[in-house]
Amino acid sequence: MDINTVRGIITIVVTVAFIGIVLWAYSAKRKSNFDEAANLPFQDDETDARSIQESGTNKS
Amino acid sequence: MNTASANETYNYKVVRQFAIMTVVWGIVGMAVGVLIAAQLVWPDLNTQYPWFHFGRLRPLHTNAVIFAFGGSALFATSYYAVQRTTQARLFSDGLAAFTFWGWQLVILLAAITLPLGITSAKEYAELEWPIDILIAVVWVSYAIVFFGTIMKRKMKHIYVANWFFGAFIITVAVLHIGNSLAVPVHFAKSYSIYPGAIDAMIQWWYGHNAVGFFLTAGFLGIMYYFVPKQAERPVYSYRLSIVHFWALISIYIWAGPHHLHYSALPNWAQSAGMVMSLVLLAPSWGGMINGMMTLSGAWHKLRTDPVLRFLVVSLSFYGMSTFEGPMMSIKTVNALSHNTDWTIGHVHSGALGWVAMVSIGALYHLIPRLYGLTAMYSSNLVNIHFWLSTIGTVLYIASMWVNGIMQGLMWRAVNADGTLTYSFVEALNASYPGYMVRALGGFIFLAGMFLMAYNVYKTITQKEAVAIDGVAQTA
Ligand code: HEM
Ligand code: HEM
Repeated sequence: MDINTVRGIITIVVTVAFIGIVLWAYSAKRKSNFDEAANLPFQDDETDARSIQESGTNKS
Repeated sequence: MNTASANETYNYKVVRQFAIMTVVWGIVGMAVGVLIAAQLVWPDLNTQYPWFHFGRLRPLHTNAVIFAFGGSALFATSYYAVQRTTQARLFSDGLAAFTFWGWQLVILLAAITLPLGITSAKEYAELEWPIDILIAVVWVSYAIVFFGTIMKRKMKHIYVANWFFGAFIITVAVLHIGNSLAVPVHFAKSYSIYPGAIDAMIQWWYGHNAVGFFLTAGFLGIMYYFVPKQAERPVYSYRLSIVHFWALISIYIWAGPHHLHYSALPNWAQSAGMVMSLVLLAPSWGGMINGMMTLSGAWHKLRTDPVLRFLVVSLSFYGMSTFEGPMMSIKTVNALSHNTDWTIGHVHSGALGWVAMVSIGALYHLIPRLYGLTAMYSSNLVNIHFWLSTIGTVLYIASMWVNGIMQGLMWRAVNADGTLTYSFVEALNASYPGYMVRALGGFIFLAGMFLMAYNVYKTITQKEAVAIDGVAQTA
């Protein structure tokens, strides 16, 4: 196969992959999933409080 | 929560250790930076002893700031964020402790061997093969601890910060092992297994992705956890974070040849590298915009919160250096900028403005929380540190832009008869003022790090949970 055919195929594959990712990420179906994920840093965390307590570094 | 986790705690010990060593190695690495900057102004500082020569201290500087300072910051923040976002304790305490002590040993060995002149002469991979093996073992342990923790997670999702940390850990393992393959001659000398131009290509495949994954993807992981936490709002667009993650990691790998323009590397490879570097602007700015816009609706917090200011200004420098980089990748621009101080300015707008400032901001969020506090001992000192860092960075990069463009123009100037207009020494002489300003900027940045060390010390040792000026406490 000619090298330029390979280049052409790769360009198409990469473009399709990119469009696929965008469609996947922006589909309305996934909105609630992503909202949930985006809030992961803010979950109530008892384990954190316990870790501070146990290591005796709590200043309050 | 299920019963099994009722008594579970997080491993904060290793996070505290790495967080404190980040400050220590930051001071050491930047102090060496200020010293070599001064050597470029006053060559007499090279002294009669070979151990203090610029050529040996320069790799010590790069290793200390990238791997000791930046590395410790990444270990601390990734171990913290992965536990908090998975609600699981680190996979193995023993292995986590091993990564801490192993990494410190690597740094110590670097600090001994580099001044002795023991080097493989590959940039950012100077350490000789026994140390390389130790790095590989520590890094694989890091991967086991990190991914083991992710597998223990209690929820379905893997938070985006962990994607970035994960990509950084895997890619650095592949890069390090791939680039360091060498034939040992004796315990302190080895030769790369790659010949000639292939060695150069492998070196900059490694070198550029050290920038892309160590100095970028890892620190984007920091950004995706600590910016939302400090701003107290979720990231602007989770969807954008997914698209720019995949785009960033798949494009970075191809950009290495922009370090080898007009070299023995095949021309098509140079052009491919240039095009990929230009495309890289898009995902880079995707990340920057996502971080900045997280503050939309909360911009007023910047007025009162110096920690947030660190994080947001670091993102502006990230945006700046990832605009500058693609420009410098254009072959005709690179013909002017290559080997001049412009590159050094670009490096430090990424290194000081982005890497150091985002790490400092994250540490100011992290350290009090590791000790049951909500803010640093003194918010005022954080604010002063912020201004010292910003002024230091601006002085550094502005002087290097001036120097770089001037050097590029002087080197290429030719007379009508084809002879060079300026000798090399004339361009060097013209660079002195810039070197002075750079050394001053670096000194100012370093001074800020000393303030940080004091503030951290007071935070850790203070008896009560009140910051002395209490500014950010209530925010
Ligand atoms: C106080 C702060 C700093 C000062 C004064 C400083 C100074 C210097 C100097 C004088 C050089 C050599 C330039 C030359 O050869 O002409 C250098 C190189 C370098 N520094 Fe820094 N530096 C500082 C902080 C940092 C930080 C925080 C990082 C990374 C996170 C960093 C990364 C680098 C790198 C990667 C190079 C090599 C650049 C190249 O080869 O193109 N520096 N630095
Ligand atoms: C889109 C992103 C970027 C692109 C396309 C890019 C491109 C470039 C180019 C063209 C050079 C000059 C190569 C030469 O002439 O020798 C360079 C050097 C460098 N850049 Fe970037 N850059 C980007 C982002 C960054 C960031 C964010 C950092 C740091 C955190 C960084 C760190 C470096 C370093 C350390 C060097 C010097 C390598 C050496 O010669 O030792 N770059 N970059």
